[in-house]
Amino acid sequence: MLDRITNILVVGIGGQGVMTAAEMLARTALNQGYDVKKTEVAGMAQRGGVVSSHIRFGPKVYSPQIDAGDADLLIGFEVAEALRWLPHLRPTGVAMVNTLRIAPPIVSAGLFNYPDDPIGELMATGIEVHAFDAGAIAEELGNAKLVNTIMLGAISDHLPFPAEILKINIVEGFRAYKPKLAEVNAQAFDAGRNAGHIKAPLGAR
Amino acid sequence: MNAVVQAQAESRHLLSGNEAVARAAWEAGVRVAAAYPGTPATEILENIALYPDLYSEWSVNEKVAVEVAIGASLAGSRALAAMKHVGMNVASDAFMTQSLAGVVGGLVIVVADDVGLSSSQNEQDSRYWGRFGHMPILEPADSQEAYEMVKYAFDLSEAYETPVIVRMTTRVCHVKAMVVVEGERIERPVPGFQKNPRRWVMTPANAKPRLPLMHQRDQTLREASEASNLNILSTGSDRRIGFITSGPAFMHVRETFPNAPVLKLGLSHPAPLDKIRSFASQVDTLVVVEETEPLLETEIRAAGLEVHGKDILPRFGELAPSVLRPAIKALLGETHETATRSQAELFPRPPTMCASCPHLGPYFALSHIRNLNIIGDIGCYTLGAGHPWNALDTCISMGASLSMAHGMDKGRGDSDEKKNIVAVIGDSTFLHMGMQGLLNMIYNRGNVTVLLLDNRSVGMTGGQENPGTGEDLHGLPAPRVDFAKLAEALGVRPERIRMVDPYELPTMVKLVREETKMEEPSVIITNRPCSLTDRFERLRAYTVLDDQCTGCGNCIDLGCPAITVARRETVTAKSGKSKELVFAQIDPNTCTGCHMCVETCAPEAIVQPEPQKRVIRIHTHA
Ligand SMILES: Cc1ncc(C[n+]2csc(CCOP(=O)(O)OP(=O)(O)O)c2C)c(N)n1
Ligand code: SF4
Ligand code: SF4
Repeated sequence: MLDRITNILVVGIGGQGVMTAAEMLARTALNQGYDVKKTEVAGMAQRGGVVSSHIRFGPKVYSPQIDAGDADLLIGFEVAEALRWLPHLRPTGVAMVNTLRIAPPIVSAGLFNYPDDPIGELMATGIEVHAFDAGAIAEELGNAKLVNTIMLGAISDHLPFPAEILKINIVEGFRAYKPKLAEVNAQAFDAGRNAGHIKAPLGAR
Repeated sequence: MNAVVQAQAESRHLLSGNEAVARAAWEAGVRVAAAYPGTPATEILENIALYPDLYSEWSVNEKVAVEVAIGASLAGSRALAAMKHVGMNVASDAFMTQSLAGVVGGLVIVVADDVGLSSSQNEQDSRYWGRFGHMPILEPADSQEAYEMVKYAFDLSEAYETPVIVRMTTRVCHVKAMVVVEGERIERPVPGFQKNPRRWVMTPANAKPRLPLMHQRDQTLREASEASNLNILSTGSDRRIGFITSGPAFMHVRETFPNAPVLKLGLSHPAPLDKIRSFASQVDTLVVVEETEPLLETEIRAAGLEVHGKDILPRFGELAPSVLRPAIKALLGETHETATRSQAELFPRPPTMCASCPHLGPYFALSHIRNLNIIGDIGCYTLGAGHPWNALDTCISMGASLSMAHGMDKGRGDSDEKKNIVAVIGDSTFLHMGMQGLLNMIYNRGNVTVLLLDNRSVGMTGGQENPGTGEDLHGLPAPRVDFAKLAEALGVRPERIRMVDPYELPTMVKLVREETKMEEPSVIITNRPCSLTDRFERLRAYTVLDDQCTGCGNCIDLGCPAITVARRETVTAKSGKSKELVFAQIDPNTCTGCHMCVETCAPEAIVQPEPQKRVIRIHTHA
């Protein structure tokens, strides 16, 4: 067991499954015997707002919040959100980014601009960034909701416990509540795990 | 069912503060629990509702919830009421006097302060109520403490015959952390209501003799606080600063200054001043870290101790490590480098209404009618103040719209001469506090057009039930109030009560136009459910025929997030003026097929495509 605190930040937009992914990581860490805290800032997340979930685990966790510059891992479900939260990552950290772009209405109305090349901006920081199109993989597997499991698969080789443990937790969770989805989630996890090894830019726009 | 409901003794669980409160209430033998939803407290009752052997309800407002709990307590049952911070303002009339009379069965009010103001109209410190109402306050710092303190709160309440406040904050309610669940529910005997008018009928003559008793209780509670093991000292090697702290701020202090001595106050009111005095003598400088008002700080200073607090720390918001570190370093005369990289310049992502939200129709109407003062209320429809509608002019507290609109009508000034006054309110808010405003307006011959947006849901807080939805907290069928009959009973003339389908935009606009012109109060009631509830039926998505779209941008003004800009073109009209065309597209995954936008499109470019054959993919296993 690691004797220091691991800080993981999961970010995205309301409705994308950020909180479910974070919950899965937190439960897995708890099962591994760690003390865990998980906190969300989800103002009015349901309605298209920003969601960020902090997960901290280790021998003993006090504050639930990850300080700026202290995250070990950043999981971005949307590329501009990954960019928004990048300063929370430590210089030696890893960013795992879904290349999906979602522009809010105020952008499409022309009041604000969406960055042209967010992946490029992420890369320019010199931080280890992995970016891939999780939606495309999910579509190939036939279910858009798999993005969640794909992202978890992608990050699974950067955790202080074996990727297999996270996978088993996810798949068994489905087997208990939605058995029909267990197999396809196992596939999604593996597909994500493969994609997570590819460094940006790939399919990045 | 939630796993923790069936939890065995001594098992570890990842629980939010709210889930921990629910488990504790059940174990403590609570028999009645009542609440009105409000972030971040909503999940307390939602979780209590999962447990057997106790009665729980959504009350119509926080005052009612507290009164329900008081009634149960007088019958000898343990009772709990939960609410968000602003709910205390509503409930205070009840608990301020019950505190004087005292309680029989343990009575606990769990209040959740929105420190950091992530989803409320203000940030207020509920710890004032303990001082104001002479009630002890427990302040858990995480889920485990919430679990333990709520159980203890009932013992404390019965031992001192006082209501007890458990003060949570967003950072306790919504943080998931490890909780070791101890045991099982303890059922205790319930004696039933013992009549005693001198105790329970608070006339001046009966209330007066209770006053010295209440002050005596304060005194004995202070002694309990001095002795309490909830007020704990953690020693530290670096004695330059000793911290006094409570609630989740304790976690931030421990995180940031692991070697500093800390006096953590779990039973924070009445404060253990002797304990604090002895702590002060062990450290060079005292700093109070409390969210959010300087309450302990003021009391400690009044006790003659020198102390820092809000002179170096912010008076609002969370006292996170990133806030504490620079402030304390400055106090110690040390330099503090900020190593953080600068944030990318990015667009904001404000919350929007959902696709097919039934509030979109009324706001389309309001944003297309001139000369209105639109007095608002609290709910999803408050978002109407934002882009693209810009059609809400005020919002302060639940139910305020009707009464404020009435006042604005009576107090019209020069610029309001030709304006019509509209009040916008949701079903839950109307039943919470709004209907009194309508009664008042009718009684006093006012003239306001009321838009009662009945989406059969408490949408803002996540789709809870209320007396207008036909279901209760447990999802069981319940009597459903008839809003039209209710408005009529309050005195609105039947001709001025108009039911409307908010998706029928032309009718919606026409009705609001007509009714605002009337010289008497009207109530327009919408009848489509919130799109996020099971009552909403999702249909096939619509699409924009690109070759038919003329780029007028009308449908975009509706504000449905499924409709976005496909492209813009600048054209020069015959007059020589240049004009920007905005071509629309509909996201098929977001569109729910409500058809509302169809009527905004003159060239009929918005259509529902023929259903396609579903492509079924079969995955073979490699
Ligand atoms: C006194 C008080 N209690 C609770 C809340 C939390 N709250 C905000 S809006 C709202 C109700 C919204 O329901 P409704 O009026 O039906 O509108 P909807 O969100 O469904 O559009 C609640 C409970 C509050 N702001 N103030
Ligand atoms: S939650 Fe319901 S009421 Fe609120 S914006 Fe969405 S559809 Fe509208
Ligand atoms: S039909 Fe039109 S208004 Fe309704 S959800 Fe679809 S795009 Fe939005």
